[in-house]
Amino acid sequence: MSALQTVKFYQTGTFTVGNRLLAPEERSVQANMQRTNSLNSGHRACQGCGEALGARYAIDAAMNATNRQLIAANATGCLEVFSTPYPETSWQIPWIHSLFGNTAAVATGIAAAIKIKKQKGQGQDVRVVAQGGDGGTTDIGFGCLSGMFERNDDVLYICYDNGGYMNTGVQRSSATPSAARTATTMPLGPEPGNPFGQGKFVPAIAMAHEIPYVATATVADLRDLENKVTKAMGIRGARYIHILVPCPLGWGTASHDTIRMARLAKETGVFPVFEAEYGEVKSALAIRRPLPVEEYLRPQKRFAHLFGKTPAVATIARIQAQADKNIRRYGLLAKEVA
Amino acid sequence: MQKPFAITLNPGSSLANHTGSWRTARPVYLDRLPPCNNQCPAGEDIQGWLFHAESGNYEAAWRHLTRDNPFAAIMGRVCYHTCESACNRGKIDEAVGINSVERFLGDEAIKRGWKFAVPARESGKNVLIVGAGPSGMSAAYHLRKLGHAVTVMDAGPYMGGMMRFGIPKYRLPREVLDAEMQRIADMGVAVRLNSKVDNILEQMKSGSFDAAFLAVGAHIGKRAMIPSGDAAKIVDAISVLRSMEGEDKPMLGRRVVVYGGGNTAIDVARSVKRMGAEPIIVYRRTRDKAPAHDFEIEEALQEGVMVKWLSTIKQAGMGDDNRQITIEKMALDDKGFPQPTGEFETLEADSVVLALGQDVDLGLLNGVPGLEVTKDGVVKVGADLMTGHPGIFAGGDMVPAERNVTVAVGHGKKAARNIDAWLRGETYAPPPKHEVAQFEKLNPWYYADAPKTVRPMLDIIRRQSTFEEVQGGLDESNALFEARRCLSCGNCFECDNCYGVCPDNAVIKLGPGKRFQFNYDYCKGCGMCVAECPCGAIKMEAEEI
Repeated sequence: MSALQTVKFYQTGTFTVGNRLLAPEERSVQANMQRTNSLNSGHRACQGCGEALGARYAIDAAMNATNRQLIAANATGCLEVFSTPYPETSWQIPWIHSLFGNTAAVATGIAAAIKIKKQKGQGQDVRVVAQGGDGGTTDIGFGCLSGMFERNDDVLYICYDNGGYMNTGVQRSSATPSAARTATTMPLGPEPGNPFGQGKFVPAIAMAHEIPYVATATVADLRDLENKVTKAMGIRGARYIHILVPCPLGWGTASHDTIRMARLAKETGVFPVFEAEYGEVKSALAIRRPLPVEEYLRPQKRFAHLFGKTPAVATIARIQAQADKNIRRYGLLAKEVA
Repeated sequence: MQKPFAITLNPGSSLANHTGSWRTARPVYLDRLPPCNNQCPAGEDIQGWLFHAESGNYEAAWRHLTRDNPFAAIMGRVCYHTCESACNRGKIDEAVGINSVERFLGDEAIKRGWKFAVPARESGKNVLIVGAGPSGMSAAYHLRKLGHAVTVMDAGPYMGGMMRFGIPKYRLPREVLDAEMQRIADMGVAVRLNSKVDNILEQMKSGSFDAAFLAVGAHIGKRAMIPSGDAAKIVDAISVLRSMEGEDKPMLGRRVVVYGGGNTAIDVARSVKRMGAEPIIVYRRTRDKAPAHDFEIEEALQEGVMVKWLSTIKQAGMGDDNRQITIEKMALDDKGFPQPTGEFETLEADSVVLALGQDVDLGLLNGVPGLEVTKDGVVKVGADLMTGHPGIFAGGDMVPAERNVTVAVGHGKKAARNIDAWLRGETYAPPPKHEVAQFEKLNPWYYADAPKTVRPMLDIIRRQSTFEEVQGGLDESNALFEARRCLSCGNCFECDNCYGVCPDNAVIKLGPGKRFQFNYDYCKGCGMCVAECPCGAIKMEAEEI
C-alpha cells in the first residue's frame, strides 16, 4: 500500500477508503458507487459490528476479482445468524449455509461440482469462498479445514476472527487472547481470564500445510485487505485469509471504536498482518506508529481486570512479550526510510 | 408458490428490516470552520481554495481565493500568515505552507493573465474611495463586483499606498504590485492619481457620490522629543521608505541609527543595509517584547543589521562633527516596562531614523458632522465600518485596528458589503459562523506523512547587497505537494471513509462533488463514520426517543 505514496503525495494516500486525487483504477472496491454490497442493509448485526464490515469488504473484493462469478459457503455463527433470519437474507450473492463444522468440506464439494460441470462443458468458471467465524474455523470446523488445505482444494477460506463465540453469549474459543474475560474464562483466581499457553494461531497452522497463499488482515486496513483477497482470487488451490474483526459486544468496546481497536491491535503488534506463500512469510504490513499493548488493552472491558486498583503489571508484560514476539517473527517494524 | 416441507414463508430481502429503529443517536454531516479561515483577517476560505489546488485546478483555486481577497500574489509575500499558526497540521508535523501556495496561485494568475469579470449589471450607484492602498483597492474590487460605479482618488503618483511606500522592494517586487492593482482598474474602476481630497463632503457633492469609503492610511511619522544639535540629521521612517521609491535616494550617510522596534524599523534597517550603509536599531525593550515579527528580526540579524536592545536615545548631534549620539541603557521592571539605569553609551551616527509609529492625516474630514475621532487620532467606526456620518465609511490604518496589509484588505471587503447594503437601504448581516474545527475533531491517522516544503531562500550575500526578493516561490510540483498537506479540517473532501466504514451500508454516495447522504432507514447509529471521518465533518446528534 505504500508503493503508491512514494511516487507522489496524495493527501491521504491509500489510508482512506477513497481518494479523489487517485486515478480511478487505483481506488478501492469499497469506494465504488457500484460495489456489490454483498452483505446488504437490514442485517441484524450489533451496532458497529466488525464482522459485518469485514465480510462486506472481503466478499465485495472477491466479487470484483471474479467478475461476480462467486459462490459462498457459510459456517454457522454470528455472520450466518445475523444475515439470514428466516425468511430474509442480506446476501446479494449465491450463498449456502452449512453446519457449524463442515463449511470447508461443503465448499470443497461445490468446487468439485463446478469442476465436473466445466469438464462436461456446462456452465462457466465460478469461484468458491468458504467463510466462518473463529469458532467455526479454529475449533469446530478445524478438521474439515485442515483436510481442505492438505488436498489443496480450490477454495478461498476466510476466517473472521473476533476471539470468541459471541452470538451465544461470549464463550471462549481457541482464538480468544490470553487473559481475556469471557463467559467461560471469568476473571477469578490467581490467573484471571483466558489462561496463557492455550489457544492457537491458525494462519501459522495453515502455513504449515504449505498451501499457495495464507494472509492476515484487519478491518482497519481496507486497501491491504482488498489487495489480499484480490490476490487470493488470482490463485488456484487452497488459500486462507484470517481477518481480525473487533466485536463491541464481546470485547466491551464502544460501537464507534471497532476500526480503532483493529488499528490498535495491528499497531501494538498484538495481531500481525502479513502474507505467506507456500509456507513462507513474504511480506508484512509495517507498524506505522508503534504503541505499547496497554493502548490496545485498556479500552476493552474484557481486559478491565488488568487495570484495577493494582494494575496487573506482570500479566500486561506477558501480553507485551507476545506482541514483541510477533514483531520479531513477522518483521513488523518499518525499515528506516532514507 | 409450491413450498418445500416445513417452509411457510416466501424468501425475502433483509431490506424489509429497517434497522434504523435501533438508533439512539444519528450521524449528521456538517461543515466546521477550519482554524485557518477563522484566523484570516481578510476572511479567505483557505481550505476551500486549497481544495481546488489539491487537484491541480489552479485557476479554480485562484478564483475561489479572490472571491474574498483580490491580491493573492501580494498576500503570498507580505501577509504575516497567522493562518499558519492556527493550522491543525502543525500538531501533526508542520503547518501547511498556506502563504507559499497563495503566492504560487497569485504568480500563476499574473503569468497566465487571468482577469476579473466585469460586473454583469450596473447598480447605478456611485461610490468614492479615498486612498488606493490595500484597503481602498480591496473595497474598489468588491464594490465593482457588486455592480457599483467606483472612483478611487489618491494623493500619490501610483496605486498601492503603503504597499508601495511602506514595504521595501525586496519583500514586494513592484511588477507584482502593479499587476494586481491594474487588474482591479481593468474591471472598470476609475483611478485618479495625484488627486488629494481636501474636503470629503465637497468632493462627494461635486462628484455626486452616493457613499464614500475612506482609506487614506497613516502616513505621518511620529516624532519623539530628542534633544539634539541643529546639525543633527533626524528623519522619520516613512519618508525614508517613501523616498526609496523615487530617483532621489535618501542621503543618510554611512552610520544610520534606526529608533524603534516595529516592522517599519526593521524595513528601514534592511533597506539602508542594501544601500551600503551600516544600520543600528536602537530599541528600548527586549527582542521578545518588540512589536516586529520575530522572523523579520531574524532575517535582519542574518543580513548583518545590528541591534541595541534595552536602549533609548538621550541626545543626538553631539561631538565636534555632530556625529555622536548618547544612548541610555534600560532595564525591564517587574511589569515588563523599561526603566532608565543611568548608564550611558556613545554611538556614532550620520543620521537618526525615527520609526516610532505613524499618525493619520485627518485634514479631509474637517467639518464633517457626526464624525468622531478617538484620542489616538484615528476615526471611530461602528462594526459596519461606517463613521458617525451616514454614508461615509472608513477602514485600514485610519481606524482602530491592527495595522497590516491583510487587516486592511479585510476592511475593504467588509466595508464593501456594508456599503452595498446601505446603498439599498438595508443592513448587512454576516452569515452565522460555523463552529471551529478543533484538532480533537479530526482523525489524523488517515493523513499521509509529509513534512513542509521549505521555500528556497536567496543566498545571504545577495540579500545584503541587492533589492532582489528575499523569499523565492514554490514551483508547481512543490505547490501541489504543499496544497495536498491540507487536512481539510471540518469540510468533507470526499475521501469515501463514511461510505466505506459503515457496517450497514447506510451511507449513500452521491457522486463526485455531491458528497454523501445517510440512509436513516438502516443506520443503527454506531458512530463509526464519525470516529473514522478524517476531517471532522460528521457529528452525532441524540435522537428524540
